[in-house]
Amino acid sequence: MEELIREMRQKIEAAAASVTDSKEMYQIRKQYLDNKSGKISALMKNMRDLPPEKRPAFGKVVNELKTWALDFFTSQDSRLKAAELAAKNASETIDVTMPASAFRKGALHPNTLIANELIDIFAGMGFTIFEGPEIENDYYNFTALNTPKDHPARDMQDTFYVSPELLLRTQTSAGQIRVMENAKPPIKILSPGKVFRSDDDATHSPMFSQMEGLVVDKGITLCDLQGMLDVFARNVFGEGVKTRLRPSYFPFTEPSVEVDVSCFECGGCGCRLCKDTGWIEVLGAGMVNKKVLENCGIDSDEYTGFAFGMGIERIAMLKYGVPNIKMLFESDVRILSQFNE
Amino acid sequence: MIIPLSWLKEYVDIDITPQELEKKLFDCGFEVETLTQVGGDISGVVVGQVLSLEPIPDTHLHVCQVDCGSYGQFQICCGADNVQAGGKYPAALVGAQVYATAKDHVTIEGLMKIKKGKLRGFESHGMLCSGVEIGLNDDLYPGAEYCGLLVLPEDAELGKDIKEVTGLDDWLFDISITANRPDCMSVLGIAREVAATLGKPLKMPATDWKSDGSVLDDFKVSVEAADLCPRYQAHYVRNVKIAQSPAWMRRRLALVGIRSISNIVDITNYVLKEIGQPMHAFDLRNLEGNQILVRRAEQDELIVTLDEKEFKLNPNNLVICDAKKTVALAGIMGGLNSEIKDDTTDVVFESAKFMRDNVRKTSRALGQHSDSSQRFEKGVDEFATQLGLKRALHLIDELECGSVTDSGFSEAVTGDPTAARALTVSIASINALLGITIPDDEILRILQNLDFAPSIEGDALHVMIPPYREDIENAPDIAEELIRMYGYEHIVPTFLAAASVTNGGRNAQQNSILKLKRTLAAQGLYEAVHYSFYSPKDFDLIRLPQDAPERQAVRILNPISEDLSVMRTILAPSMVNAMIRNVRRGNDEGRLFEIAKTYHSEDAHPSQEPEEREALSIGLFDGGKLNFFDGKAVIESVAQAFRLEFTFARPENAAKYPFLHPGMCAVVLLNGEEIGWAGMMAHDLTDEQIPEHAAFLAELDLTKLRPYLNQPIQFAVLPKFPVVQRDIAILVAEDVICANLEASMKKSCKSLQKVQLFDVYKGKQIEQGKQSLAFSLWFRSDDHAFTDAEIDQFTAKILKNLGKEFEAVQR
Repeated sequence: MEELIREMRQKIEAAAASVTDSKEMYQIRKQYLDNKSGKISALMKNMRDLPPEKRPAFGKVVNELKTWALDFFTSQDSRLKAAELAAKNASETIDVTMPASAFRKGALHPNTLIANELIDIFAGMGFTIFEGPEIENDYYNFTALNTPKDHPARDMQDTFYVSPELLLRTQTSAGQIRVMENAKPPIKILSPGKVFRSDDDATHSPMFSQMEGLVVDKGITLCDLQGMLDVFARNVFGEGVKTRLRPSYFPFTEPSVEVDVSCFECGGCGCRLCKDTGWIEVLGAGMVNKKVLENCGIDSDEYTGFAFGMGIERIAMLKYGVPNIKMLFESDVRILSQFNE
Repeated sequence: MIIPLSWLKEYVDIDITPQELEKKLFDCGFEVETLTQVGGDISGVVVGQVLSLEPIPDTHLHVCQVDCGSYGQFQICCGADNVQAGGKYPAALVGAQVYATAKDHVTIEGLMKIKKGKLRGFESHGMLCSGVEIGLNDDLYPGAEYCGLLVLPEDAELGKDIKEVTGLDDWLFDISITANRPDCMSVLGIAREVAATLGKPLKMPATDWKSDGSVLDDFKVSVEAADLCPRYQAHYVRNVKIAQSPAWMRRRLALVGIRSISNIVDITNYVLKEIGQPMHAFDLRNLEGNQILVRRAEQDELIVTLDEKEFKLNPNNLVICDAKKTVALAGIMGGLNSEIKDDTTDVVFESAKFMRDNVRKTSRALGQHSDSSQRFEKGVDEFATQLGLKRALHLIDELECGSVTDSGFSEAVTGDPTAARALTVSIASINALLGITIPDDEILRILQNLDFAPSIEGDALHVMIPPYREDIENAPDIAEELIRMYGYEHIVPTFLAAASVTNGGRNAQQNSILKLKRTLAAQGLYEAVHYSFYSPKDFDLIRLPQDAPERQAVRILNPISEDLSVMRTILAPSMVNAMIRNVRRGNDEGRLFEIAKTYHSEDAHPSQEPEEREALSIGLFDGGKLNFFDGKAVIESVAQAFRLEFTFARPENAAKYPFLHPGMCAVVLLNGEEIGWAGMMAHDLTDEQIPEHAAFLAELDLTKLRPYLNQPIQFAVLPKFPVVQRDIAILVAEDVICANLEASMKKSCKSLQKVQLFDVYKGKQIEQGKQSLAFSLWFRSDDHAFTDAEIDQFTAKILKNLGKEFEAVQR
């Protein structure tokens, strides 16, 4: 009996010794430990042939063998699986310094980035967005904006006409009239869009984008205009950036101002960006001209307002350091890929 | 507009530096674009006196001993023929900067620095200069153009900076003047502003003259077209002696860039620059019939202007005529037939207001411009018209170049051009607009300085607006005058202190466009922005047939060039050009999109606003690996982002898309409506424009898509019973459309939830002309779990119908 048990142990150990694969080991385990066909299970069945008094001793010995075999196979399995895992990992080892296969994210156009930034700033101040037509009639683009046909201010903007009545809008200010004709104060709108001027040289593009802002309500003052532009300047160009108003002229505002921001590059000490002046011109603005309000049927004694307009490309060029406006319309992927949000 | 400081100082005492004045002008609304010293390029040149000179044998050179006052005595070699002992000349010391001239001693070739040198063995410590070498000409300094040394006056102080001696220390302000201030387009106009901002009195130029008492008999001036010429003044001057103008006048004209011609012509130019009033002078002997008539030109009337150019006119043009002929193109240029000549003795001076719009239109239409027309285009006020004529007559007197007569003519439809206009505004309304309170005494001071004769009565501010300030009409105008002089630094930023609270932000449509852009960027596309106009040749680029509807585009009447003349009806040409540009620059792959308007009208030059539609253009390109399904995935990502389902179908007429591969193009549909197209770029187009590359193009009509972009999220409860998946493979003809097979399968079994193609095989192992397609099918019921037998039945029916409809055979 004892002999038989020892022999079986030796057989198991011998069979396992040459095995290097966990699946093969499992097959061997099954040969001995399978409930139905296993050799150890078979021993248990032999117990029935023994006299009852010998059975407990026999049972104990076989059970010990079974316990031993279970432990043996478990440890063999762990050993082989660990080796197999190590081998698999080794075979799969990669050079992590090789280039990623990651999908390259696209990017929005810098104009969209700037427009979004401006919209988010002004939306928080209660501005809604209005988009007018790009082919405008002369009335909305000029006449209603206090720029009648013989007005010299029309010379400030070389206009593309598609017919005697219709033109490619030269300014998003055209949208002001469309809004004021249809809405009662309080009005707070932001009007982004493409504008067109017959100017094509190193620093001018015949198409560019503007962002127009308009506020009409009771008690709006020039101080409010500067206060709002201060918020804009800090948000777009950084904390500590200040604005400066200086007199200018637009037919549709009175008083009219040019708005400079203190140079965010040098902090106002003078550098190449601000041409040593400490200030950078960013937009035009002013109090909405009484006549413009009246053209739109708004009582200019009861309401006042301000308007401002800026070139989106100009802000983009300043903010991102793009040297030439034309680059923004070339669709060169080496340029566009740099504006990942 | 160039304003010399020395000229400005004639009308106002300026006791601040040019740089301080520049700041003052800037603060009150006059940006000085450039501030330059006349002799800004010149340095280190002083008055020197040649004490003695020795000729250098066998040359034209002399060795001079030059006394430069406090700078010392230097030996300087000189080759000029007019160098003399005792003469005073400009001496450029070592280290000085002067102009380098060509061999002709006249043409300036750049700047040079004076170094210590040696000529024929003689040391030279500097250079004696000609007028040209220090930037002078005869108008700026008489005798400066002599081809030798510039001879300085005997009393010139030795060692003194040459710039002070010759006026090169003067400053030029190049001032940009806004369109509302044509009254400042003159030295006097700027002087008024300088006087106002400095609080100094303005010294008006003299305008008196002595008449010789004579009159011109029977001479008549009349204006037929008062709408284009509200004021026409003329004055007869006789015994004219044409000669050179005095040095002071020539110098001033030279400083503002006008070459001196003769006293009479110079006076007209001087008045233009000083007063801002264009003048003209007619030779009386050329005026026939003793009359001047201002009228519209007749159709096809001809005129030859002073510069000998001939123009054919029409009634939109205004002309000045005598009894028989046209003698001037009003406000633009005189006629050759009445030009002032050297022997002119009798002159009629003209000073008029011609309407700015008419002068501008005529000048543009004829392509004929002059200093006069450019001034009229900005708008001349009648105050200047009368002042200019008086000033011209004074100058005739002062220069003694003729006798002013009693024959003055004035035709005007307006009243007294020197009268001020009364205006009363509310101080409260001004302060309400500005948001600050300007003290009353400041209001009075500022408006007094501007010559507005202000007075305050309670809230009422009474002013008398000077006649040249045509821009001032109402309270906001007065507010602007006050704040620009009071200073914008007094504005205290507030944050909409009184305004109502409003709800801001993008609307749903605007949000969905932004979401669309972000969706495409997430698919690896870069957003492009292209011009809204392109060339008619761009339609040819994409091979659109001549009768293609896209060619019916809105066209610009006055384009910069033909390349930018057609408003886009389709975005694809811009996208193709962008891909071409990228490939030519060596960018071998890229994914682009653009969202922009297209413009649609039956008329190339519509009178009604054309329809503006919004379109999405997609362009993908690479070195050849790209296929249709890469692009289709991008379009489907859009559908997915907006919870929509697009279907793709073969176009009924692929010839509509000649720029696409006829076998790899599709129309894109939403709920059965065609919303765009997509496809691989045609081989002939890629071969021609971007060889060795593959490209995908698509365009969706966002105007059609817009109503569907805001579909609400609809939650579906998870199925109770499990989904059963089966795969089938079938063999069908190559031209059988996948979408049709899917539709048939869905029709065959209503429990079929989803079909998806997962494998396509064409090749040796199957019959030629056939394709093997493998689909996964998902079945699900809402009321029970399917048994295998049920699923077998479903697939059998599906396969049977596929067999019937498409001759499909199970593999």
